[in-house]
Amino acid sequence: MKHEVYLDNSATTRQYDEVISLMADIASNKYGNPSSLHTRGIEAEKIIRSARETIASTLRADPGEIIFTSGGTEANNLAIRGYLDANPRAGRHLITTKIEHPSVLEVYRHLESQGYRVDYLDVDENGHIVIEQLKEKICSETAIISVILVNNETGTIQNIEDIAAARDALNPGTVIHADAVQAYGKIRIMPSRTGIDLLSISYHKIHGPMGVGALYASKRIKLKPLLFGGGQESLMRSGTENVPGIAGFGLAARMTFEKIDENFEKVASLKRRFIEGLASTDIAHHVNSPQDALPYIINIAFENVRAEVLLHHLEQKGIYVSTGSACSSHKKNRSHVLSSMNIPPQLIDGSVRFSLSGDNNDEEMDLTVKALEDIIPVININRGKRSGRK
Amino acid sequence: MKKVILVRYGEIILKGLNRPVFEDKLMSNIKKSLYGLGKISVTRSQARIYIEPENESYDFDEAVSRLTKVFGIVSVSIVWKIDSDFEEIKKYSLQMINQYINELSRKTGRNAARVISADIPGSAAFKVEAKRGDKKFPMQSPEICMELGGYLLENIPALRVDVNSPDFILYVEVRESTYIYCDIIPAFGGLPVGTNGKAMLLLSGGIDSPVAGWMMAKRGMEIEAVHFYSYPYTSERAKEKVISLARILAQYCNRIKLHIVPFTDIQLEINDKCPQEHLTIIMRRAMMMISERIAEKSRAQALITGESLGQVASQTMQSLAVTNAVVEMPVFRPLIGMDKNEVIEIARKIGTFETSVLPYEDCCTVFVAKHPKTRPRLREIEEHEAVLNLEELMEIAVNNTETMVIGE
Repeated sequence: MKHEVYLDNSATTRQYDEVISLMADIASNKYGNPSSLHTRGIEAEKIIRSARETIASTLRADPGEIIFTSGGTEANNLAIRGYLDANPRAGRHLITTKIEHPSVLEVYRHLESQGYRVDYLDVDENGHIVIEQLKEKICSETAIISVILVNNETGTIQNIEDIAAARDALNPGTVIHADAVQAYGKIRIMPSRTGIDLLSISYHKIHGPMGVGALYASKRIKLKPLLFGGGQESLMRSGTENVPGIAGFGLAARMTFEKIDENFEKVASLKRRFIEGLASTDIAHHVNSPQDALPYIINIAFENVRAEVLLHHLEQKGIYVSTGSACSSHKKNRSHVLSSMNIPPQLIDGSVRFSLSGDNNDEEMDLTVKALEDIIPVININRGKRSGRK
Repeated sequence: MKKVILVRYGEIILKGLNRPVFEDKLMSNIKKSLYGLGKISVTRSQARIYIEPENESYDFDEAVSRLTKVFGIVSVSIVWKIDSDFEEIKKYSLQMINQYINELSRKTGRNAARVISADIPGSAAFKVEAKRGDKKFPMQSPEICMELGGYLLENIPALRVDVNSPDFILYVEVRESTYIYCDIIPAFGGLPVGTNGKAMLLLSGGIDSPVAGWMMAKRGMEIEAVHFYSYPYTSERAKEKVISLARILAQYCNRIKLHIVPFTDIQLEINDKCPQEHLTIIMRRAMMMISERIAEKSRAQALITGESLGQVASQTMQSLAVTNAVVEMPVFRPLIGMDKNEVIEIARKIGTFETSVLPYEDCCTVFVAKHPKTRPRLREIEEHEAVLNLEELMEIAVNNTETMVIGE
């Protein structure tokens, strides 16, 4: 079998073997419902409590500030809608950016239809918001600001301290919501010390199970639940807890944080190797991700190439990547993130995301560069094209 | 009383000595389509087919939904089979109409322009239509209508008679047994699949080609399909999409053999060696040639395409002539005179539209010229083709074709 090179870790990661065995053990042996009054129930409750403590400690938060959800999307929805629902007088003005994940962007579009006024902040060519523009927008009516901490397509990191400082200066009552799905487990985040009130995380991005995520909600924030029912998660998220998933989440977090610095260094060096490797070839390309981006995400535009065609050719060689836009013949599918960064449409059509994890190695980077050297000339859209007209 | 399904077929009865061939095929297609729903007996009498389930819990709704997709069938009714005795007819007609009024009132709802309800006297206009096939029955048809209508009117306050525009009709057919029913569910008509030879459909994954295949199957043709697959220039999902389309078509055609031809090398060869404005037409010609070879292997006698005159550059009169020149088999183009809207309408009706519009990059969107020739000349195209290594590549493609049977 040919060696598989998995470079789509921002879509999802392979779960740690330890996580899988832990979840299997819980599913077959500790199968109680945490709400049950008997021993099996108490056992399950303990598992959840311990996972909650682990997650809280990774964020330097209080366990009471962690609400388990079904993933990043639900955490984002709960943060924004749960906050506005509980604080109807917080104001009718909302701020977010043009480069959010759909699970934030679509919530704001919905809120606009409900009568809220929403400002979508522009980004510069590196994908950073401009603090001056944010300052112009914050007003006494601003209820919440949502910002994607690390962008999922380019790896651009937003400076949350500057955002919090602007908020503190202009309207201390405004709440800051950070979507940290791509950031968590890769950089250290301490929401209470950086002025973040709400923070969404998801576990399958750090080698944990799919279907589990969490919202950090600062103690001083009042929320209303999206789901009503049995009152689990201190009334904030009803529904029987996904006990194996939450336990797997806890273990994945512990394992990830043990190696957070080591992994960061390793991935940063992999990124350098890949970028330098590419630069030494004849391949016409542009690195869309800014220099100071999170090294885990590398977005690259290849000239005269259709991203999806490149993706399938790489796939044939056992290399898995992803594209921002699914089908280049449909304009509306072009990545809104890359468009906001003013990247020309023909380059967006050839943009591919390589997303790394601590499991990747030097050899895989070299293999990928080699594969690109083989493929790019073959799939050039101008290949062989000539005119028969005289 | 026994609940049975009555199947009517139209055009077949016009056939002369061949009629039993068509009828036998229709019976066998009906049995195939109802496979898995439970034991049934299928009988034929006086240009009708009766389906009697053994078990009362038979899923009649599912059976009707499948039967309306069997070509050759004009309409279907769920009927009550009772003894040919007027007292019996009265008793069951009363029961059926009471049930039917409740159904109508549920369907029309409270906010309809006119509410039909068992509680509102005279709210449901009806008439009785009787047919006496069994001349030994003591009453004549008009007499049955009058007597039965009068009896029902007396016993069901919600009823009123309106022979010109009734809300529903109670049909009474007196034969050896008597059949009563209120609903006639239309089907597509046509001829039973398998009574008109076999053809090879060029199935692309777009809106047109599944409709073209459906239309020919409706005329009794057995369909096999060929798809040209350009992985890794297209995604594996494009193949899955074509399989889903074939699965929908198979609901009408019993089953479909799908041939997936690896086409990448041929496309690259054309792309590299031929002028850009002729890419599409040369590609179409290669597709036609390969389809014909696969058709010959499968003993199909014709090709079917979804082409519609003037829709795109490769479907102009001149282009079609150039495409057609490479094959000897007849090529059926049932959509040739249709507008896109008309095709879409059929695609929606037969259930292929939603799948057809899924946005996966298919070969036509990757290897395209900005300005394809709309009036190619055959000799010029043949000259360009002469430099290609087509023969060998086509043979490799045919030999590596993957064949799957869908809908069994």
